Amino acid sequence: MTTTTEADGTAGPDGRTAPAASTDAAEGTDAAAGTEGTDTAGPGGSPYALSHLDALESEAVHIFREVAGEFERPVILFSGGKDSIVMLHLALKAFAPAAVPFSLLHVDTGHNFPEVLDFRDRTVAEHGLRLHVASVQEFIDAGKLRERPDGTRNPLQTVPLLDAIERNRFDAVFGGGRRDEEKARAKERVFSLRDEFGGWNPRRQRPELWQLYNGRHSPGEHVRVFPLSNWTELDVWQYIAREKIELPAIYYAHEREVFARNGMWLAPGEWGGPKDGERTETRRVRYRTVGDMSCTGAVDSGADTIEAVITEIAASRLTERGATRADDKLSEAAMEDRKREGYF
Amino acid sequence: MSSTDTPAAAAAAAAAESLTAAGESATLLRFATAGSVDDGKSTLVGRLLHDSKSVLADQLEAVEHASRSRGQEAPDLALLTDGLRAEREQGITIDVAYRYFATPRRRFILADTPGHVQYTRNMVTGASTAELAVVLVDARNGVVEQTRRHAAVAALLRVPHVVLAVNKMDLVGYEESVFARIAGEFTAYAAALGVPEITAIPISALAGDNVVTPSATMDWYGGPTVLEHLETVPVTDDPSGDPVRFPVQYVIRPQTPEHPDYRGYAGQLASGVLRVGDPVTVLPSGRTSTVTAIDALGENVDAAWSPQSVTVLLDDDLDISRGDIIVTTATAPAVTQDVEATVCHLHDRPLAVGDRVLLKHTTRTVKAIVKDIPSRLALSEPDEHGGLARHPAPGELAANDIGRIVLRTSEPLALDAYADSRRTGSFLLIDPADGTTLTAGMAGDAFTESANGTARAADGAADDGWDF
Repeated sequence: MTTTTEADGTAGPDGRTAPAASTDAAEGTDAAAGTEGTDTAGPGGSPYALSHLDALESEAVHIFREVAGEFERPVILFSGGKDSIVMLHLALKAFAPAAVPFSLLHVDTGHNFPEVLDFRDRTVAEHGLRLHVASVQEFIDAGKLRERPDGTRNPLQTVPLLDAIERNRFDAVFGGGRRDEEKARAKERVFSLRDEFGGWNPRRQRPELWQLYNGRHSPGEHVRVFPLSNWTELDVWQYIAREKIELPAIYYAHEREVFARNGMWLAPGEWGGPKDGERTETRRVRYRTVGDMSCTGAVDSGADTIEAVITEIAASRLTERGATRADDKLSEAAMEDRKREGYF
Repeated sequence: MSSTDTPAAAAAAAAAESLTAAGESATLLRFATAGSVDDGKSTLVGRLLHDSKSVLADQLEAVEHASRSRGQEAPDLALLTDGLRAEREQGITIDVAYRYFATPRRRFILADTPGHVQYTRNMVTGASTAELAVVLVDARNGVVEQTRRHAAVAALLRVPHVVLAVNKMDLVGYEESVFARIAGEFTAYAAALGVPEITAIPISALAGDNVVTPSATMDWYGGPTVLEHLETVPVTDDPSGDPVRFPVQYVIRPQTPEHPDYRGYAGQLASGVLRVGDPVTVLPSGRTSTVTAIDALGENVDAAWSPQSVTVLLDDDLDISRGDIIVTTATAPAVTQDVEATVCHLHDRPLAVGDRVLLKHTTRTVKAIVKDIPSRLALSEPDEHGGLARHPAPGELAANDIGRIVLRTSEPLALDAYADSRRTGSFLLIDPADGTTLTAGMAGDAFTESANGTARAADGAADDGWDF
């Protein structure tokens, strides 16, 4: 596939050498952040133009504040992955100098990367937040869930998640899901009504117009809210770079023991390891997504700085989920089916 | 296994470099596509996505696999956007899908809306946030009823830029005269409805003419390709001339030792430029004060403008809460409990005279009653001149109907005309019983001043069905 070259070509000399937006980069961002007054040209030439990151940030903050204004018991799903870290960062900005008026909820599969759990706990402590943990392992131990033959625990998260929502009577649940991740997620609303079983019915979604989000729901129902709906993987990384947001180290290239399975590099751990014919080797890898260790793969990479990661993603020929998430490969409608069950 | 070891990676790296360089300062264009069922909309969308690196190898592989298992030889690019099981099974687009792609110049959010008549509400949904709409026409059929409907929806929703993409030019011999006739007819029609800017482009989405690459065959066409136009169309108006509208979302009161007296009003500027020192009025109460500080997500600034999310601090300790609107005193709108609007009814349950509903306007939700439904657009039946007609006093509106309604609200609203502000002139009607979104509303006159008179004047008695 050489489509990128074509796209670059059609952008023409202007696009390649000096797009108007590019030369304005430094001033444009400042103007949009409001530090330069109104006489500095922003991207696109107008002093009032917002860069795409500022527009996305402003929209996400608006969504957080709408939920704070209209719901009783919202909660932020927080896994310690990059999307939820960006989500929390936006929430902190939205309510500063006051505290974030939400608690956090982590659905712990029991197979999480230790570095990520450590990061999660440090973040919670740093910001004085309250963390709820819904544990897949506890559900398995109590006989309420059964381990799958393929060993992956990602689909098992739904039951503890819905249990935590019901027990804590959460009425709005923020998720870091993005529409660019997957074709069923591309159909997702920003405010997504879930029935009393937590289920998503794509044919009965409320139309969503302008910036008028409808959060009305009946007792027992709840609303999933996706403030990063309109962000792409690249937007998330550019925002992390701009805001200097700290991430767990596994997002950057490092040496790790891995073995190949289903076209992915998996890291052995308490969840399991290489089977017959599979062999562990040390490789220089990084993670594009962070989830359950049993189904989240690493990619070969030398990108050990944020700039290198951004360049690598922009050049990648694979989506982050296509590259590293086994659970989405189960069937053509795997995500839609899981979302119907109550997955986020 | 690596994300960078594909053969195309080296070639992609150059593009990536300019993409990341432009990245942070690039602007965002939100646009929507509209077209009838077989106009080739999926092909156009597929080509735009494909040629801008937005279809990655694993997605294309999945589409190729699915296409093969259905017995199709070529990959069906519609499968990229039809994300629901039911859509793939039926081969039609049911719901709006949002797509994201980027070029070195700009980031794009594409609302890919279904073309089917019964999903007019979904085009309304996609158009509500769009700064540009691409209306597709099959060159062999020219302007048809569905084209007029799409033009009318774009005009009604005040989409600032409309692109007419005359597709399948390869099937009419790439004839300039065919394009000129369709472009002329559409432009006259859309301009009469009040669409401010219309750009007509002859394309073949299948062959690739004028989508991202200039056509080698249509040398008579000197304008931009679709992508060039999307990259260069101006998206930011100067907000400094617009009146300030700041709907209060949430009151920030830390009550901490560091900030014992901080009382900030959080919101997103719906229009205008707000400056420290501005005299302001809070509606609907009418109390006045002065802006003492503006906090732009942690940074102290002298001015903020639409659509920035900020926190505003005032001189006086007023009783202000969610649902109030802060406006500059000099440009304060009137408040009213009587609302006249054009609406698109969205739900299968009809909206009837006498219905009690909730009305959500910016951050304020009030009770309302439907007092009258004076007219409804007849979207499918031609009037006596062959145009589209309206029904007087229909009594109720069914799903996908566009009509005029009159409402009485329980409390006063600071409602602008939709023509002046898409943000403060729009509202939703909600079922108070179960929270269902029923209707999308646009306050004030339906089309621009000229639309009511000039359509008739321009075409004589021929085609002025949107006299509304």
